[in-house]
Amino acid sequence: MSKNTSAPQSLRSPLGRARGLGSSRSGVSHWWVQRLTAMGMLPLVLYCLISFILIADADLDTARAWIGQPFNSVAMILLLAVGFYHASLGLQVVIEDYISTKTRRILTLAFTKMIMTAFAVMSIYSILLIALADGV
Amino acid sequence: MTQKRPLSPHLMIYRPQLTSMMSITHRLSGVALASGSIFLVWWLVALAYGGDYYQMVQGIAEHILGRLVLLGFFIAVSYHMANGIRHLFWDFGIGLSLDGVYRGGYIVIGFTALSALAGIAILFLA
Repeated sequence: MSKNTSAPQSLRSPLGRARGLGSSRSGVSHWWVQRLTAMGMLPLVLYCLISFILIADADLDTARAWIGQPFNSVAMILLLAVGFYHASLGLQVVIEDYISTKTRRILTLAFTKMIMTAFAVMSIYSILLIALADGV
Repeated sequence: MTQKRPLSPHLMIYRPQLTSMMSITHRLSGVALASGSIFLVWWLVALAYGGDYYQMVQGIAEHILGRLVLLGFFIAVSYHMANGIRHLFWDFGIGLSLDGVYRGGYIVIGFTALSALAGIAILFLA
């Protein structure tokens, strides 16, 4: 096999290769954080889901007392923070795949991330209000 | 993007496979969970308010329509979690053969079906 020495091996500049950020301009961080948050959520989802089923028909005081337990409040806050971050990353991929107009894509992304942030803050703030009022 | 470029693959003339259907269902369930989480946020805010407002929201959740939404949310969580684990196995290079993706697929569908039955039992029969 003869090698054409006059042609460049790659069109990517050496600096671009060294940075390793590729066409996404952010490397593999989105992909990696999506997986990390997925793995982190597994125990949290299982714990909170099973607890919710066990207190499904609980009254106000029982539900607030459950959330007021420090271990439960921390599990819920972690689940909500990690979960809404994971949701935000997932929705970003869907939006980037299906919205081809650049302006509309950027606006939809910004709007979606704002909504996910608002959801996270509203739910975590509610947990804190309950835990600090009724907590042990 | 006003140019009429050829699109591929032509989904309309493709025979649906288990793998492609499960792939789009993963996406759909993820979007459904992100949107449906508004009910979880609403319930937590109501729990913080307490009193009559909580009673009102709890009444909606216990209504037949509320319970149907909860069942849908529960099934979406089960599927997205099980299929997410399937994806994590692939990321470690496990189960990437044609046999493997189908075997994993059947396990995920079986798990989701069992949780759907459990969800119906908890929400409608208990």
